[in-house]
Amino acid sequence: MTRTRGPGGTTIVVEDVHKHYGDLHAVDGVSFTVAEGEFFGILGPNGAGKTTTLEIVEGLRSPDSGTVTLLGEVPWPRNPKLLPRIGVQLQASSFFDKLTAREQLETFASLYGVSKATAAETLELVGLTDKADTRENKLSGGQRQRLSIACALAHDPDVLFLDEPTAALDPQARRNLWDVLRAIQGRGKTIVYTTHYLDEAEILCDRVAIMDKGKILAMDAPATLVRGLDAPTHIVLAHGLVAEDEARGFVGVDDVTDDGVSLTMSTRKPAPVLTVLAERGALDGLQVRTATLEDVFLNLTGREYRA
Amino acid sequence: MTAFRSLSLAMFKGFFRDKAALFFTFVFPLIFLVVFGLLFKDAGTSKIKIAAVGDGPVITALEKSGAVELEHVDSLDAAVAKVKNGDLPAVVAQQGDSVVLRFAASDQAKSGTVLGLVAGVVDQANLAATGQPPKLKLDPARVEDSSLKPIQFLTPGLLSWGLATSAVFGAALTLVNWRKKQVLRRIRLAPVGTPTVLSSRLLVSVGVAVVQAALFVTIASTPLFGLKLSGQWWLGLPMLVLGTLSFFSIGMLVGSFAKTEEAATAFANLLVLPMAFLSGTFFPLDSAPAWLKTVSNVLPLKHLNEGMLNVLVRGKGIDSLLVPGGILIGFTLVVGVIAAKFFRWEDA
Repeated sequence: MTRTRGPGGTTIVVEDVHKHYGDLHAVDGVSFTVAEGEFFGILGPNGAGKTTTLEIVEGLRSPDSGTVTLLGEVPWPRNPKLLPRIGVQLQASSFFDKLTAREQLETFASLYGVSKATAAETLELVGLTDKADTRENKLSGGQRQRLSIACALAHDPDVLFLDEPTAALDPQARRNLWDVLRAIQGRGKTIVYTTHYLDEAEILCDRVAIMDKGKILAMDAPATLVRGLDAPTHIVLAHGLVAEDEARGFVGVDDVTDDGVSLTMSTRKPAPVLTVLAERGALDGLQVRTATLEDVFLNLTGREYRA
Repeated sequence: MTAFRSLSLAMFKGFFRDKAALFFTFVFPLIFLVVFGLLFKDAGTSKIKIAAVGDGPVITALEKSGAVELEHVDSLDAAVAKVKNGDLPAVVAQQGDSVVLRFAASDQAKSGTVLGLVAGVVDQANLAATGQPPKLKLDPARVEDSSLKPIQFLTPGLLSWGLATSAVFGAALTLVNWRKKQVLRRIRLAPVGTPTVLSSRLLVSVGVAVVQAALFVTIASTPLFGLKLSGQWWLGLPMLVLGTLSFFSIGMLVGSFAKTEEAATAFANLLVLPMAFLSGTFFPLDSAPAWLKTVSNVLPLKHLNEGMLNVLVRGKGIDSLLVPGGILIGFTLVVGVIAAKFFRWEDA
């Protein structure tokens, strides 16, 4: 993972933040920092407290206790000095009625005194120039998300907050959006985003915080988290290529399961196993699966990750 | 572009692209104008209908007077039977120089009117027969402007009601819709003050009201309806602004409580529709009981209606707007403060 960090200042400092809703402890002692130019992900299943945490950092909600510093300022209560420097993408439906993509963007941009020309450039950045005159409600889910991000971006903020930007998108639209997000990071912006797609966070983020039940369970670069698991590598073959008992005999194989469709070998030394399989000509359709953030989540919570 | 201009523009565009909003703002009040206009056409006050038997100068004069309606009956006996049954209040019969009038004393008001009317016609005929010039001269003329047509009273009422409805709905639905879709939240995250947001929405409401009033009055002035505006009709403009302000504040209050557009619509209807009836929008409150007139005095629509009547058709001057205008301003302040107190940027 390449890191395109800025001069290395600290953009966000969150210290021991708590938030209750009645009996629900939505945010339970969360602390983290985000560096300038960093792509920071807050991950976790629905109800983990990601959105509440994000809203407290944005200054939309007050924490019950704890402190937040954003670009050297306190975001709550509403801090007008901070507003032009942050961009917040809300739900995909946060638009005015009956306006085209261009009109939506120009209206939101004008709230920051941004010109139509800059708005047009932003539309270009998110790849919606050819949809400029389409009404917002006629856009696809992915296009609407990109428009929503453009609305948060037009005034050239230093920090961009995105709440589940890829939720409910089809795989192609998600990938298009990833390109947009990378392009934004390439411009030196700090991005904080929440998602429940762990695979996506692994690809996009410099660092992630894994949240569950209001607490941060782990926080680091995705690769570091996965490596820290010391989890075995799984080698998957089509059923019938190698017999289960035979596979158990291979050097380096710790465990073997065969469900009748595929045979899975667990190993911590994949090299000798792959060599043996290559000698036997059994590499067709072979899959090697290493640990992912989902395994990290499983390891941390003791339960299967379900978004 | 400034935030104020672009927000106003966004709302104007949204409004004029919304077919349902256009219908309810511009067409719906016109439907009422057509219905009430035709319903009350020529029916200022219902005329008395009496029986007429035979023919002659008196019967002809009565017919021409337009003061009574005549039902021609073949024989005097049949006509008298009708009067006895209470179907008609009186019968006039003329044969040669003798004029017979028979009336039902049970209906004193009507028979009195008929008696005076017929006596007057007979006297005139007698005077004409003598060939003498009349000694005393009567100069009758109505005090109201040109015509007594009901359209003169319907237009200000229906217009006030239309303005009230669109101001309440405009404010309430925008507020609910923006809160629900998080547009309010999005605006709050931008360096824009609440006065800018509020005043841009108000500008849109006033703009829509001006278009609505212009269209409504223009159509009411066509020969089909025959509205005749008084000379100082333009004084209706300040009234329009003050009325829009009052009902805008009601809309803000509704929008602060309602969570969905459906709820806002129901609340707004619940407030405006009964108010329209209680304020004499559709028919005058002259014959309403005293308590109802008292109730109507606390309703802003009554005063908007009154102010509009004064300047649009009664031909009164700016001083006639002081009381209605003052009440509307006071109402706006009170409801506005309450609405501000209950205002929420987001649900829960």
